[in-house]
Amino acid sequence: MANATQTAGDGGGAVAVRHEFDAKARSQTSIILGRFVRHRLAMVSLAVLVLLAVASFVVPMFLKFSYADTRAGSYLRPGGGHLLGTDQLGRDAFAQLLRGTQFSLAIAFTVAISSTIVGVLIGAVAGYLKGLVDSSLMRLVDLFLIVPQIALTALLVHAFAPSWYIVAAVLALFNWMQIARITRGEALSLSAREFVEASRASGGGTWHIVFKHLIPNMIGTITVNATLSVSTAVLTEAALSFIGLGVQLPDTSLGLIVQDNYTQVLLRPWLFWGPFLAIVAISMTISFIGDGLRDAFDPRQTKVRA
Amino acid sequence: MFQYLIRRLLISIPILLIGSFLVFILVASAGDPLAGLRTKPGVTAQQIHSLSVQLGLDHSILVRYWDWLTSFLRGDWGTSVALGEAQSPVFTTVSSALWVTMRLVIGAELIALVLGIGVGVFSAVRQYSIFDYLMTSVAFLMFSMPIACVAVVVKNYGIQFNDLLQSLHLKRWLTTAGPPPGGFGSNLGQVIVSYSGTFLLPTISLMTISFAAYSRFQRASMLETLNADYVRTARAKGLSQSRVIFRHAMRNALIPVSTLFALNIGAIIGGAIITERVFGWNGMGTVLVKAVSNYDPPTLMGWFAVTATVVVVFNLISDLLYGLLDPRIRLG
Repeated sequence: MANATQTAGDGGGAVAVRHEFDAKARSQTSIILGRFVRHRLAMVSLAVLVLLAVASFVVPMFLKFSYADTRAGSYLRPGGGHLLGTDQLGRDAFAQLLRGTQFSLAIAFTVAISSTIVGVLIGAVAGYLKGLVDSSLMRLVDLFLIVPQIALTALLVHAFAPSWYIVAAVLALFNWMQIARITRGEALSLSAREFVEASRASGGGTWHIVFKHLIPNMIGTITVNATLSVSTAVLTEAALSFIGLGVQLPDTSLGLIVQDNYTQVLLRPWLFWGPFLAIVAISMTISFIGDGLRDAFDPRQTKVRA
Repeated sequence: MFQYLIRRLLISIPILLIGSFLVFILVASAGDPLAGLRTKPGVTAQQIHSLSVQLGLDHSILVRYWDWLTSFLRGDWGTSVALGEAQSPVFTTVSSALWVTMRLVIGAELIALVLGIGVGVFSAVRQYSIFDYLMTSVAFLMFSMPIACVAVVVKNYGIQFNDLLQSLHLKRWLTTAGPPPGGFGSNLGQVIVSYSGTFLLPTISLMTISFAAYSRFQRASMLETLNADYVRTARAKGLSQSRVIFRHAMRNALIPVSTLFALNIGAIIGGAIITERVFGWNGMGTVLVKAVSNYDPPTLMGWFAVTATVVVVFNLISDLLYGLLDPRIRLG
């Protein structure tokens, strides 16, 4: 607008021409961000997820009972300061739920970030270098894929210590194969493109090409997959803790809380449905955010979710 | 085709060997099988030493792996060393558990596949209809639910249904804790009632997540084929709607789903671990949980070897299916 008013005195023809180029140049990032912001379901999901995360850290400060407080009686009904009653050990179930949410989110994001970094590096290098490096790295992927991950995770967590970061590390160890396969495919096709060839011709090394050309060009795929792997991690962690081979006290997680309380599903349904709904809320909002990101990064794609 | 099969089998062998070696190292370094004995009062150091010699623990890991592999291939899978389970042969434990799990899993998966394909095709044909939106929401919800909670909820409703039957003076039908101890009954009617009652609940909880995946995959691939040129040609020739959908579009759209079915088997065995736990079945899941928490290396190795082989075999089936369903893909 400012441009148009300044040039108004120059004469009619000039103004018309200037108007054509009036639109502000937008970076790729701001275009993608704009598309994401317009995706209603994804934005609502993001708001819910952020709210959930913030609440799980902030609300405990205002609660009358801390998560470790066992002075209340066993299995109190909801009410009298205990929003969701108490569990078998007399701990406030609502405080437990919030703490479980904290741990589940921490595990899920640690898994997603670390497995994405490992997977992207392996996939990009394999796809770029091809040949022996590629086939041996891909056989490594095959190797990791043939054993049920939950079984090996259980074994390793049991062997080390069942603290939340060990669980996260082991989950990440068996979670990078999917993203490695996808980035390998993308790297294969990208490395045949002219700009990669140009960079190689002007002396760009492997790491330079991987970090400056390949990874920036597949950032969309990477982001979408990282998002979706957060939700996989939440569910796997819940399964693992449920069979008693995941996180253990003093740490906790939503899966462990489900395991503590699932026998009460008939008598005290709130103890079971609280953590259950929290898990569903986290993994569902994350799937929707992933969908929104996918649409934002790739406008050509029809909105079909596989 | 035959050549391809042979080559794939030959490739699987080194993968299984290296895989089993890595798992062997992991299992061996995950704990001390004699830890329980060391803290037990009245067990002398001499006894522990002789037992560790007997188990071969004084040899290097390579020797131990070689011993395990050769006896495994000869059919001697060793005996459990966990306290309380000691002396029970691994082969019997794992093979009977595999039978229990596969019976549960394959039935549930086939039902999920058929339902998923049906729902997927219908959603794609009526894209953006109320049915499509409903099924999309259902699938999203199922994807987001931890299988443990699904199983708990299903079991809970099963118990309430049984109570309802009992209050109507009928026999309790659904089994919520393991298969019936005395078999399924003698006459056909009894067998059908007790068989369905036993399998219904675990099947439903195992199905949910697979069903969601299959219906979404089928919908996506069906939408793709419905927009393909050959489907337009078929329509232009004046073929009936049902012929276009079933003979031309659906047949081609089946390929990704049927391969997913076979590829999924590893993940499904993982899901079965939880379901078995909730419903008290003595399958692979229960064996694994016990072997991990008691640290029982022979059972663990037998477990991993069997599941890895199952996964490799199903991957092979998936590849073969691909070639059978799509004649354009020449295997060889």
